Formats: sequence, C-alpha cells, structure tokens
Amino acid sequence: MSDDIILEARGLTKEFKGFVAVKEVNLQVRRGTIHALIGPNGAGKSTVFNLLTKFLTPTRGQILYKGKDITRTKPAEIALMGLVRSFQISAVFPHLTVLENVRVALQRPLGTSFHFWKSESTLHSLHQRALELIEDVNLSPWAHHLAAELPYGRKRALEIATTLALDPEVMLLDEPLAGMGHEDIEGTAALIKRVAASRTVLMVEHNLSVVAHLSDTITVLRRGEILAEGPYDVVSRNAQVMEAYMGTGGGVGHA
Amino acid sequence: MTAASQATAATATATATATLRGPDAGTARTALLFVVGLTIAALAPFALYPVFVMKVLCFALFACAFNLLIGFAGLLSFGHAAFFGGAAYVTAHAVKVWGLPPELGLLLGTAAAALLGVLFGAIAIRRQGIYFAMITLALSQMVFFMALQLKFTGGEDGIQGVPRGVLFGVFDLTQPLTMYYAVLAVFVFGFALIWRAVHSPFGQVLKAIRENEPRAISLGYRTERYKLLAFVLSASLAGLAGGTKALVFQLASLTDVQWQMSGEVVLMTLLGGMGTLVGPVVGAGLVVTLESYLAATSLPVPVVIGAIFVVCVLLFRRGIVGEILARLPGRKA
Repeated sequence: MSDDIILEARGLTKEFKGFVAVKEVNLQVRRGTIHALIGPNGAGKSTVFNLLTKFLTPTRGQILYKGKDITRTKPAEIALMGLVRSFQISAVFPHLTVLENVRVALQRPLGTSFHFWKSESTLHSLHQRALELIEDVNLSPWAHHLAAELPYGRKRALEIATTLALDPEVMLLDEPLAGMGHEDIEGTAALIKRVAASRTVLMVEHNLSVVAHLSDTITVLRRGEILAEGPYDVVSRNAQVMEAYMGTGGGVGHA
Repeated sequence: MTAASQATAATATATATATLRGPDAGTARTALLFVVGLTIAALAPFALYPVFVMKVLCFALFACAFNLLIGFAGLLSFGHAAFFGGAAYVTAHAVKVWGLPPELGLLLGTAAAALLGVLFGAIAIRRQGIYFAMITLALSQMVFFMALQLKFTGGEDGIQGVPRGVLFGVFDLTQPLTMYYAVLAVFVFGFALIWRAVHSPFGQVLKAIRENEPRAISLGYRTERYKLLAFVLSASLAGLAGGTKALVFQLASLTDVQWQMSGEVVLMTLLGGMGTLVGPVVGAGLVVTLESYLAATSLPVPVVIGAIFVVCVLLFRRGIVGEILARLPGRKA
C-alpha cells in the first residue's frame, strides 16, 4: 500500500512567531490521482502547499517524496526530482514571449544553460516541442506574443504548459482555476484531467464545488488542521465541512 | 461580431505581429545598426579629439558591463567602481612596474576584477534589492581603502606615467590613432560578448530569473549560480574597461575606485536605458560629453548633471534608448 503513496506529509507543523498556521497535518497523496486541498480563507492551504514545495521550511514534521525524506531539500532540487509547482498569482515570465516561456522550461536538460557564449539559435531545436505544448493549451495564436499581453485565464494556461514542459511526475497547482471565467474553468479543468492521466496532481482550491468532479480525493483544512478527507460524496456530506463552509459563505455555487 | 470572426481577427493580428517580430527583421536591423555604429566609431577620431572618444568608449564598456547585471539579471550593484578601479591599478602596475606588454596588463587587470567579482558575488548574491546594493557598496569601500593604504597603488598620487607600450609586439600604442583603434577593438569585443551573453541559452535563464525568480526556481534552476555568473561576467568586463582606461590616460587613481564612480555608471545606464544593449553606450557618451563640456565653463558640473538626471527620470523613465524602442512598432520591450 505504501508504494502507492508518492507524496506524504507527517505531522507537518508551521509556526509564524507563535501563530500556528499549520498544525500536525498528515497527508498522503496516492500516485496517479488528483488530490485537492481545500478550505476557507486562512485555513492554511497555501502554507501547506509552500511547505510541500519547499518554499517554506516546516517548524516540525516530515515530508516524504517516493519514500525519500525531502524535508530539508532545496526548492530547485525537488523540481529536478519531478515535483513541480505552480503559483497562486499567475507565474509567467511577462517580458518573454509565450514560446520563450515554455522554452525556458524545456532548455535545462540540454545542459547549456550556463553557456553564455552560445547562440540563442541553439535552442531552436526545442521550438517544435514547445509549440506542441502551446497547442495543447490552445495558445498557438499567441505563441509569439509577450506573456504580459495575455488575458488572465490564458496566463494560467501558459503556466500549465510551462509546468508540463518539465514532464513532472507530480504537479502541484496552486489555485489553478482562481480568477477564471466560466468558459475558461471548464477548459482548464478538462486540461488538468487530461494531464493527470499520466501523473499525479495535488491542487489547492478555495471552493469545494470547483474540485467536486475533478478530484479523486479531497482534503478539507480548517484553521491549520485537517477537518475531513475522502472522495467528494463523503466530504460534502460531512457535517463539520458543511458548517465550515456555511460559516464563510463560500462553498457550493460560488465559482 | 461572431466568436469565429473574432478568433480569426485575433489570429491575423497574432500572425502580423509575429511577422514584425520575426527573427530576420530583427537580425537585419541589428546588423545595419552595428555597421553604422562601427563606421561612425572608426571615423570618429578624425572629427573629434581621440582621447575624448577613447574615454567615451571606456565608460561605454563599463556601463554596458553594469547593464548586463541590472538590466538582464535585475541586480543593482553599487560597488562596480571596485572592479573598474581595481583593474586599472593592476593593469597600471603590471605594465609600469613589471614591464609587461599591454595585452598581458589588460588580461591581469580583467582577471583581478573577475576574482573580486567572485568574492563580492559569493558574499552578496543571496541578498535582494537594497541589501545587495549596500553589501556591494561596503565591499567596494574596502577596496577603496586598500587602494588608499597599499604601497603599490601610490596612495593619493595613484600610479602615474603608465607606459602604453606595444600591443602584441606590433602595434605601437604611443601613436594616438593606433591606441584609438586598439580601444575600439576592446570595446567591440566587450560589447559583442555582452550581446552574445544576452542572446544565449544563459541569457534566457537570466531573463527568466529577472522576470520571476520563484518561478525560475520552481522550474529547477538554481538561480544563485546564474546570478553569480552574471555578476562575475559583469565585473570582468568592468575590469577590462578600467584597465583600458588606465592605458589611455596612463594613470590609475583613487577617482576610479571611489564610490562616485559606482554612482556615475548607474547614472549612465539609467540615462541611456537600462536593459537595452545600446542604451548604456548613449548614456556614457552623454555624461562624458557633458562633463568635458561643462568642465570648460564655470557651471557646477555635478549640479547640472544631477538636474539632467532628475529631468530624465521624470520625463522618460525607460531612458533615452528605452523610450525610443518603446515607441517603435512591433518591438519587444
């Protein structure tokens, strides 16, 4: 059974000057599933996320990736191990073109990223793959535009294309659907479902309804602690979860 | 308007913009600019006082080196005088006291600047913004006091009467025109290297780090190493500029390592347009011209230059070249 767990947190705790943002969180992400981490504002979702992706260091607890302790590993290193994250505020390189954004992610395996004496044209061999990834997220007409010129929803799509360029085993998506219009949400949700066919996805979301039909497992956080866990049908009927969501006025319906 | 026709229009616009930004058009324009610039530079000593143009070239290279760091890696160093002046001292000493030929003197000066760059970089590179600037300033002040105290630097007098020597045993640099073309060659070499670095696989990563460092980290780049390489490259080229200046003026002095020199290069780069390749050249030309022109008048030079700087920052924040580029159609920012 434990072979199936690709990413695991044990007793994860983060304190900020006495304030406990995350308390004793135990989380197991099974290989090949879409796992959602949800909760109202201030529940500690983003903190858990930043801990898992090493952008924060836990006060206590342990993080295991494929059975290996990565609690003290640097963020750039875990990316090399196949654990790649996105960001809540759209993370593109605004003054690079869409093509260059994706290419930056593709170029590292070439091993020439320190070669300041080489021509940029040595990277042109990556264009075909980059354009395929761009096509996958329906951004082809914008391939030569600066990322800064894209509307918000398209930036998120570009971000996913860039993340996919690394062909990660585990994709960690920080509110991938936040700020999108209805038409974009459907497309992006379908895209996440599609890319998850061959990898594991852990995503943070604000709303239960958004992740309802997307995730295999949902973990609900409240005040830094796990409130409930399971598939949507189980979690959505949990009395405490319903109360937590009623309390904040978020929950079902509000996309 | 239907959604389909909107999409078609969007695609058409995208294609048109892509054509405008196509690599061929860009390369042709760059090549043309390069040829025009080189022709002007080659003919300049016949119209202007050669030492003046050489001074412009030295500072232009210095500013370009600085710009590589701030414009393409997003790091504001306030200690570049240490590399410029440090290399000037080493070159001057090597040529005057050790009797080395000018090419070896320049090489040693540049190497010394590179070493200083590794040292400064290793200490400062993990800091951001103002902290990075302050650490580089503090370190460069240490170099300044060393230059003041050490024996070989000649204290307040500096190293004077540096012989220009014979380059590669062939070119007699005491001839003003030969010296001029040697300086031009150094400048073209440095500028080409920066141009190449900016348009290289390394340059791509550097721009990504400047744009969004956390994202670059999440893509698996150990960003500190890239920033350090950029810092060392910038320091080395600043050193090359300083060493060349020592040969041109046959002098290495405290002026070259003073913190005002670090400030001056910031001024040149910002005036010309940070993050553009030609901007620092224009900025250096402007500042050096103004300084020489104003020196002959009774006006207080720093006040006038400061006023010009304030006006520039208020009116065109992208700098002269940056502002021109931003107004050209179909041009990447």
